[in-house]
Amino acid sequence: MKKVFFVVLIAVLTLPAVFAAGQVESAAPEAKTVTVFGAFVDEEARRFEEAIKPFEERTGIKVIYEGSKDFETLISVRVEGGNPPDIAGLPQPGLMMNFASQDKLVPIWSSLEATIDKNYAPVWKDLGSYKGTPYGVFHRVNAKSFVWYPKKAWAKAGYKVPKTWDEMTALMDKMVANGHTPWAVGLEAGGATGWVGTDWIEDIMLRTVGPEVYDKWVANEIPFNAPEVKAAFDILGKIWLNPKYVYGGKNTILTTSFGDAPRPLFDDPPKAWMHRQGNFITGFFPDRIQANLEEEVGVFALPAINPEFGIPVLGGGDQFVVFNDRPEVREFMEFLATWESGELWAKAGGALFPYLNQDLNAYPNEIERSLAEALVNAKVFRFDASDLMPAQVGAGSFWTGIVDWVSGKPLNTVLNNIQKSWPK
Amino acid sequence: MEKGKQLEKRGILTEIFVTIGRIAVSIFVPVVAFFILWAGFIFLRDSNANQGIIALVAIIWGVGGVALLFWVADWVVNRTPVHVAKKLQPFVFVGPALVILTWYLFLPTMRSLYLSFFDAQSKNFIGLTNYIFAFTDSKMLESFTNNLMWIILGTGGSVGFGLIIALLSDRSKFEKVFKSIIFMPMAISFVGAGVIWRFIYAYKPAGEDQIGILNAIVTFFGGNPQAWFTIRPWNNVFLIIILIWLQTGYAMVIISAALKGVPSTIIDAGRIDGASEMRVIRSIIIPYIFSTLVTVSTTIVIISLKIFDIVFTMTNGNYGTEVIASMQYKQMFRFYHYGRGSAIAIVLVIAVIPVMWYNLRQFSKREGF
Repeated sequence: MKKVFFVVLIAVLTLPAVFAAGQVESAAPEAKTVTVFGAFVDEEARRFEEAIKPFEERTGIKVIYEGSKDFETLISVRVEGGNPPDIAGLPQPGLMMNFASQDKLVPIWSSLEATIDKNYAPVWKDLGSYKGTPYGVFHRVNAKSFVWYPKKAWAKAGYKVPKTWDEMTALMDKMVANGHTPWAVGLEAGGATGWVGTDWIEDIMLRTVGPEVYDKWVANEIPFNAPEVKAAFDILGKIWLNPKYVYGGKNTILTTSFGDAPRPLFDDPPKAWMHRQGNFITGFFPDRIQANLEEEVGVFALPAINPEFGIPVLGGGDQFVVFNDRPEVREFMEFLATWESGELWAKAGGALFPYLNQDLNAYPNEIERSLAEALVNAKVFRFDASDLMPAQVGAGSFWTGIVDWVSGKPLNTVLNNIQKSWPK
Repeated sequence: MEKGKQLEKRGILTEIFVTIGRIAVSIFVPVVAFFILWAGFIFLRDSNANQGIIALVAIIWGVGGVALLFWVADWVVNRTPVHVAKKLQPFVFVGPALVILTWYLFLPTMRSLYLSFFDAQSKNFIGLTNYIFAFTDSKMLESFTNNLMWIILGTGGSVGFGLIIALLSDRSKFEKVFKSIIFMPMAISFVGAGVIWRFIYAYKPAGEDQIGILNAIVTFFGGNPQAWFTIRPWNNVFLIIILIWLQTGYAMVIISAALKGVPSTIIDAGRIDGASEMRVIRSIIIPYIFSTLVTVSTTIVIISLKIFDIVFTMTNGNYGTEVIASMQYKQMFRFYHYGRGSAIAIVLVIAVIPVMWYNLRQFSKREGF
């Protein structure tokens, strides 16, 4: 019995040997594959795969996309472990700079660089470069400085889109006088709780101190507890820390997830009347709203505070970088730098692209079209500051600082803590 | 005489051939076994075959591979002379486990210790700076206080409730039912428990429908809904309740087994002497099962020291709920500060050592369960 068992065991264990042998023979004529690793999953991943199908059909190269919610952790583990993907979609320039400084990335070659110069505004090449060498190709981008509102309810109540920050404040007071609550805000995001607040502060900084000082702030050339930053927090505090202005008060701000936050806008009657968030939020609106986006939802750019600095666009985006240099990998990267690689995703919705030669009519509704137009034509565009700052701050103390400040910690303590946490 | 010498000569030759043959076969079998396992490994790593086939091969290769390795090692050892075999036999059993533990546990711990003296990118030696950070940073100090709370309340709660339920169900008709219900949460992962309790503690502003049970009860009785996780320092207690919910079943099962081991004669003797029920429990039963109580407690203490999932998924360490393991994770994987992450990990290891030492001492005294 025992003998039979072991004979069978060995027979079964030799199966893989046969398989392995078979694999080696058939490996040669198999299709070329390119592996891509990114941070978006589910529906967004599906739309990406749809968008790149034309490339696969045209060239016969198979592109395998893998997404993970723990992307930032896993990509470092894979790179360190010597098993990087061919291409990775990095959501933060800081990550690109990390890998570039460790010589893990393949720099952009001259033909691709020429394509980038032709198809993108200069800011996108700068954001994808480290020490003057370009490494990243931007694909899907997002713009953040928008305020969403329930169109029909506004028309009924007679509210008008504010053109300046003062007009917006007056509108907020008008709403309160009518018994309405102006804003819906939600900070909760699991391990990233607090990032919504950082977006608000960044928008306010751009509008109060302008892009040059914004850049200094990102580089810590002005400290985090500088008066300009404190002033920005105070402006935000006038809205967030006033229970009359935000639905549900600070407890709701802290415990509502960013995806659920706009829901009060779409109740009947609306429980809140404005929500500031990036363009991706349309994917989180209730289904019946998404089906009728243009009629149900209005959007306006967060107004200017200081007319000198106008309305800049704050945004972010995934840049694709190369770890393994192969001809088919190069071909795919060249594809990613063209409008063709984004067109199908733009059509499906929930994605904006920076290509200069894009067809704005590809976007499924007037809203996304106007956002894309604002993005492409922006006179001032800046990348999300918390994505540019070192991780200890941008993904650490800045996030938790926002949470502490909303919970009631004194602003000076919070700002001092963030400044203290900046790595020397 | 001639014939004898010839026979002798043949004897030695045969002996040599037989010995060489034995060694050859002894080498051949492990080599073949190794090749089989290697081929399986390559297949699993590189193959693009159907996922179902890969899964099946993985299971057979994993389980069968271990059986094969053991059988081959045992067979090789048995072919050696008896006095050698006796010395080698224990290593057939213990060796692989030792090797795996050394490779996956001991060496990484040593490496963490090494890295903890270096800076963020592990390039420059900076001595004890990371340890100074670990013991002076405000969030780390908050973590130490919180972990202490977890240890005291988590262990006390789990063992306390476990003991009470074990004592009560011991005398009950529906013992099995109660025990199964209490034990069920143990099957749930920490993250899964986090999801469940998130809905218990959920908060919606006043006036909206409360989807959280706790707030639903509070508003039913006319109170205001609370954002439980933001209330310091009670939010720690709310999180610890989740641990107690998970671990009480474990404590209860172990203690219940120990309870059944208390001889009824000694309890009867106590009752005859006129001891009340509480007295019997306090002075007879508990001292008898004391070592079990201690062992269960040390296990839960270690869990409390390592607690990560509950805090990380529910509050991300915000609102003053930060714990050591969460800090370590953030330093290592969010902020990419390998030095600090390693230092915090080493601090955690050092904190656990006394508990482990005590546990092992109990084991070897054979007083543990």
